[in-house]
Amino acid sequence: MKEYQTITEISGPLVFAEVDEPVGYDEIVEIETPNGETKRGQILESSDGLVAIQVFEGTTGIDKNASVRFLGETLKMPVTEDLLGRVLDGSGQPIDGGPDIVPDDRHDIVGEAINPFSREYPEEFIQSGVSAIDGMNTLVRGQKLPIFSASGLPHNNLALQIARQATVPEDDESEDDSSEFAVIFGAMGITAEEANEFMEDFERTGALERSVVFMNLADDPAVERTVTPRMALTTAEYLAFEKDYHVLVILTDMTNYCEALREIGAAREEVPGRRGYPGYMYTDLAQLYERAGRIEGREGSVTQIPILTMPGDDDTHPIPDLTGYITEGQIYIDRNLNSQGIEPPINPLPSLSRLMDDGIGEGLTREDHGDVSDQMFAAYAEGEDLRDLVNIVGREALSERDNTYLDFADRFEEEFLDQGFDTNRTIEETLEIGWDLLSMFPKTELNRIDEELIEQHYREDVGDEPAEEVAAD
Amino acid sequence: MSQATQETVREDGLIQSVSGPVVTAVDLDARMNDVVYVGDEGLMGEVIEIEGDLTTIQVYEETSGVGPGEPVENTGEPLTVDLGPGLLDTIYDGVQRPLDVLEEKMNSAFLDRGVDAPGIEMDEQWEFLPEVSEGDEVAPGDVVGTVEETVTIDHKVLVPPNFEGGEVTAIESGSFTVQETVVELDNGEEITMHQEWPVRQARPSAEKKTPRIPLVSGQRILDGLFPIAKGGTAAIPGPFGSGKTVTQHQLAKYADADIIVYVGCGERGNEMTEVIEDFPELEDPTTGNPLMARTSLIANTSNMPVAARESCIYTGITIAEYYRDMGYDVALMADSTSRWAEAMREISSRLEEMPGEEGYPAYLAARLSQFYERAGYFENINGTEGSVSAIGAVSPPGGDFSEPVTQNTLRIVKTFWALDADLAERRHFPAINWSESYSLYKNQLDPWFVENVASDWPEERQWGVDVLDEESELQEIVQLVGKDALPEDQQLTLDVARYLREAYLQQNAFHPTDTYCPPEKTYLLLTAIHHYHDEAFKALEAGVPVEEITAIDAAPRINRVGVQENYEEYIADLKEDIAAELRELY
Ligand SMILES: Nc1ncnc2c1ncn2[C@@H]1O[C@H](COP(=O)(O)OP(=O)(O)OP(=O)(O)O)[C@@H](O)[C@H]1O
Ligand SMILES: [Mg+2]
Repeated sequence: MKEYQTITEISGPLVFAEVDEPVGYDEIVEIETPNGETKRGQILESSDGLVAIQVFEGTTGIDKNASVRFLGETLKMPVTEDLLGRVLDGSGQPIDGGPDIVPDDRHDIVGEAINPFSREYPEEFIQSGVSAIDGMNTLVRGQKLPIFSASGLPHNNLALQIARQATVPEDDESEDDSSEFAVIFGAMGITAEEANEFMEDFERTGALERSVVFMNLADDPAVERTVTPRMALTTAEYLAFEKDYHVLVILTDMTNYCEALREIGAAREEVPGRRGYPGYMYTDLAQLYERAGRIEGREGSVTQIPILTMPGDDDTHPIPDLTGYITEGQIYIDRNLNSQGIEPPINPLPSLSRLMDDGIGEGLTREDHGDVSDQMFAAYAEGEDLRDLVNIVGREALSERDNTYLDFADRFEEEFLDQGFDTNRTIEETLEIGWDLLSMFPKTELNRIDEELIEQHYREDVGDEPAEEVAAD
Repeated sequence: MSQATQETVREDGLIQSVSGPVVTAVDLDARMNDVVYVGDEGLMGEVIEIEGDLTTIQVYEETSGVGPGEPVENTGEPLTVDLGPGLLDTIYDGVQRPLDVLEEKMNSAFLDRGVDAPGIEMDEQWEFLPEVSEGDEVAPGDVVGTVEETVTIDHKVLVPPNFEGGEVTAIESGSFTVQETVVELDNGEEITMHQEWPVRQARPSAEKKTPRIPLVSGQRILDGLFPIAKGGTAAIPGPFGSGKTVTQHQLAKYADADIIVYVGCGERGNEMTEVIEDFPELEDPTTGNPLMARTSLIANTSNMPVAARESCIYTGITIAEYYRDMGYDVALMADSTSRWAEAMREISSRLEEMPGEEGYPAYLAARLSQFYERAGYFENINGTEGSVSAIGAVSPPGGDFSEPVTQNTLRIVKTFWALDADLAERRHFPAINWSESYSLYKNQLDPWFVENVASDWPEERQWGVDVLDEESELQEIVQLVGKDALPEDQQLTLDVARYLREAYLQQNAFHPTDTYCPPEKTYLLLTAIHHYHDEAFKALEAGVPVEEITAIDAAPRINRVGVQENYEEYIADLKEDIAAELRELY
């Protein structure tokens, strides 16, 4: 392999070098600094005689005397089932002191797009044990459902709660489903403290054994963050589609990933898009998020829960905005609910699961699920609206109907949402709490629920007196 | 995508540089928009810029590992689609490669590259029924025979528009492949069931006419308030999760078009899978046949190559025009045109073109209007009439309609269905904002509704619109003082308006009955609310307190009309009960 000492320019994370042989786009480069350190990079642009290289580990220490080697292949992830239980750095090297990884195969980390014709529509209910999710924003296997959060909010606790509690309720018909469950955790630019939080929980609950952890921490090179999720997803696809695992991929924090993209774009002097992020960020994110799904004829599945912190709590910021346009819904963590002490502070109103409708109902969860959910949305939204009004005119100026909606909103938050990070509720329990609350209204007010279902579930005795605490445990 | 014909192949060039989907080549003898095969693997691409000896190519497949010095081969032909029987009941990528064939050829669930496949099956036999005889004169666009393409659609075999036409000297009948000649003309022209057409060029027509027939969608708020015409254009802008795709799917399922072309442009894989899984099972409301039998799907999802996303819109509209030429009413849905515009932007920025507004190329407005101009109600060159209706979703960043794609689209389209995050958040679906949306076709379609549904259709609609307008004014006061501070008649208006919103404007796409609402039902439901309004105000004038009026048992049944199959009877009973109950109060 030929070595070049032809670096002409170093700029931010980029290195430009002259070459006298053709180098393929996207291929891997090794750069050896004069003090013997080896860094890896990738070809961003290849033209006759000149290449632009993006260096993963940062360009510190590289000078014009550094030597450059072109490996003639694109970046690969060594994959094997033995990865389960291992902790790797952001570019896939073990950092847990364990044995070397003997790969079963090496997969290109960019990944090819799943042929839409080969996909299978996700419709298998995952019980997360969290009422706001299961009841009103149901997650299914093969879905990509991000958590929209912001700094200082407990999104990590929620992610861990889901990772701990997620199950697919046993159904007699699908007993042949012997697939195992695995968690892939891809950390991008999180603090060491956050990382410890995750690792301790994984170790405490024994989840580590069925997990593969990729850690790019806040003080690790930013450019490496563009590789970490691809490593994680390549591993996930291997386990899901070749080894039949049901894989849950948690990626955190996508905001750091996007910052890294912006940094590279700026270094390349690209025309920036909205708020300085690259114009191709939608496509780039789609190439990650679309790697969730199910494939016809394969047992396993890839479910993604990416976490992002919205800069300035603003969901029109390009990072949450583009994410929302790609993923199949989103779960909002709400600052107000959090300061009220509600755990988990999920605001169901702006949250959404687009795959919910096919994953719930008779034979899947329960016949009344969809209607109960619709009615609770409508009622909580109305109650929320009235809160603004009540501040102006006072409760007395409101009708009895309006007052019931206000009471509903309060009890909904206390009983339905505020379950705590350690409570695991079945879907039955979640729906029963729903009925307890909805029975505060007269039957005619329940216009989103089928009349027969009202007859079946409506609590005749509850009326609008507060029911005894059902949920607080 | 059509295979290049060998004789036109010109000299090969060499790759000079590679950057994502954009490749430059030297020494390539090519014209603008020629299709080329790039690199050792022969990835499909299209020439998009020529400057001196340097040719710039957008590549429709991933370019990882491709490097300078590899060959570029020119086909000498522009990007075309294959037209002929077999287009329906098929799913394509953005350059018309059938995705089922790709799965088979690649032997994988993942999209590999460098694999090509014709848009229609070249060896399949079709039963050709001639419609002309020897000695007949035929002109371009004329029908020479038919093929039963699906249970729903008879495919008309046309004299290609770029032929001269002449006297029929030989004609076949029976089973043929699309490559075999079925009709010969005296000037030597041979007609097969297969033709090709360059996607970026509109197929010719005789005349564009004023559309006067609605594209009935079975969606109350659309048919009732903001109808689109057959041959009309519509835009559905809205933030993420507001219901663009569900609305497009509803139209694809229930619109009374003959043919549906559904273009998934830069959106989710699972949404296309949903269509592939559902449409063969669902019934076309007009014919009762499986929906797939009238549908052609184009799926270039967000993770598929961006250059093919740029072309998928053209692939779709060309297929639509082809069926229009047969005299069919075609409806094309594009979800989302913003992703298409972004693909243009991405390519443009790699070309280092001068960016316009928000980085979009300066020709964005021109491309959008060229696309929507290809829609319309046409007199075809063969004298028949056909239409292409174009309905584009728009995904504005941050849900802000002031951005360039929304604004440039609104300048062209005549129907505007504005989706509203607030409504979506409170699960008011379809989340179409009734005060912002409009249809400029309303007046020209009224005669059709008057003749085919109800003589007072326009008046009833106006009544509903007036009540909703009044409600939004009253709501502003309510926000300040509360509802109970309003005079009784205004409180009653609010109650009526609530039924309009909850029973009439809302429609659950996932309820087996409510999902499709024929115009007759749309009309009757509106009259039921109007009836409640009239009876309620009579009671109020007679001195009945408003709380008693709004508390009658019958009124909430208005909210159940949507889910009734026997709606005529249900509504008749309901009207009677409302009147009876209210009259008892005074
Ligand atoms: N008519 C409807 N009836 C019931 N539910 C609806 C309706 N329209 C939309 N929804 C709900 O809203 C969700 C989001 O709708 P949809 O996927 O169409 O949004 P979108 O505007 O296409 O978003 P994106 O821009 O992200 O693709 C659906 O999954 C569904 O739950
Ligand atoms: Mg959509």
